[in-house]
Amino acid sequence: MKPRVATAWLGGCSGCHMSFLDMDERLIELADRIELVYSPIADVKEFPPNVDVALVEGAVTNSENHEMAHIIRRNARFVVSFGDCATTGNVTAMRNRFTSEQIQQRAYIELADLNPQLPSEYTTLAQLLTTARPLHEVIPVDAYLHGCPPTADQIWFTVSELLAGRVPVLPPAYLRYG
Amino acid sequence: MAIITFSIDGEHYSAREDQTILEIAREHKIPIPTLCHLDGLSTVGACRLCLVEIEGSAKLQPACTAKPVEGMVIRTNTDRLKKYRRTIVELLASEGNHQCAVCVVNGHCELQNLAYEVGLDHVRVPYLFPSKRLDATHKDFVIDRNRCVLCTRCVRVCHEVEGAHVWDIGGRGINCEIIGDMNQPWGESESCTSCGKCVRVCPTGALFEKGATVGEMHKERGFLKYIVTARNKQQWIATAHEEE
Ligand code: SF4
Ligand code: SF4
Ligand code: FES
Repeated sequence: MKPRVATAWLGGCSGCHMSFLDMDERLIELADRIELVYSPIADVKEFPPNVDVALVEGAVTNSENHEMAHIIRRNARFVVSFGDCATTGNVTAMRNRFTSEQIQQRAYIELADLNPQLPSEYTTLAQLLTTARPLHEVIPVDAYLHGCPPTADQIWFTVSELLAGRVPVLPPAYLRYG
Repeated sequence: MAIITFSIDGEHYSAREDQTILEIAREHKIPIPTLCHLDGLSTVGACRLCLVEIEGSAKLQPACTAKPVEGMVIRTNTDRLKKYRRTIVELLASEGNHQCAVCVVNGHCELQNLAYEVGLDHVRVPYLFPSKRLDATHKDFVIDRNRCVLCTRCVRVCHEVEGAHVWDIGGRGINCEIIGDMNQPWGESESCTSCGKCVRVCPTGALFEKGATVGEMHKERGFLKYIVTARNKQQWIATAHEEE
């Protein structure tokens, strides 16, 4: 049976997933070797059980991310922090010095082009946590893949190592923040 | 001057007795990470990244200040030292706000290089995400304390080389910060000559030139060697730029 791989997108800009797609023709080889069971680039609604490897992009910044992080941990054997936001909080955590009210004021009122208004209490919008946290502060993480975003080569290296049954340890040349 | 002999990592060396362990190690290409140390400035032994083990002594010594004595057995790369070095970098990272992706020195940063050197794949202590002050009142330069690692290079270069002594450290413990002119806005400083030396010696993106965007700022340090050579040897020679 092919390894069951998932990718997830928490509090990030999707840049890490763009970089994943940057693996170009290697994606074809990858498609032969894995079963992609969950991903923002696949139409699957719920995170499935019994996942072998999950690549998780983004910091944990709101209630939905927090719940998702725990769902991933319960259902995936090997969790990789995918990119700088997952690993350090990075840009997502730049809001940590401000309160949730200040952030909403900025995002929905000051920077609005049309109809400035705060989300009502009935909206389905996830609640911001007090601070955005790196993934490993919320759930145990098994490996780290840095970069903002990680390059396609770094991702390929990590995925290839995992498929070969090894825990990926990035060689010094691939250790890179920013 | 007397010559002494000693060993570093199992190899025997000799050196003048006034040389520090770091100077000797650099001469022989033995890598020891450093951060607060910068050739041309006084030595303060503040960051502790250069700690080495000395046989027979329970205390670790900073290589940048310690001098070997006859017969000393020095180790620079034991598991204990590696563990401490990594922990120091983790504490530095967690005490500031280092978003490398949007930093002016991304890719040319001494803190990033240290992180790679110690194999920092993630930070094991909780990030503090502190709220530190940024001062952009100077016409040419900015100090963003979120990226300051308190190495005091800026304090020393301004006092020792420029002779202006704008910078000091204010506060205590976790609240330590670099302050200018007894905590006045930089733009109002009467002592700052706008020479830019502090900006160039700063190992991180904490001090930078206005107008520089992500990854654009390179710290040119050749000037320091030029000035120090001129001062110490009365030789005004343009030395090759050894350090970036
Ligand atoms: S100073 Fe800038 S490049 Fe260096 S570690 Fe901090 S954020 Fe990253
Ligand atoms: S501003 Fe830069 S040079 Fe000054 S103490 Fe901070 S990191 Fe060091
Ligand atoms: S370089 Fe020796 S203590 Fe900082």
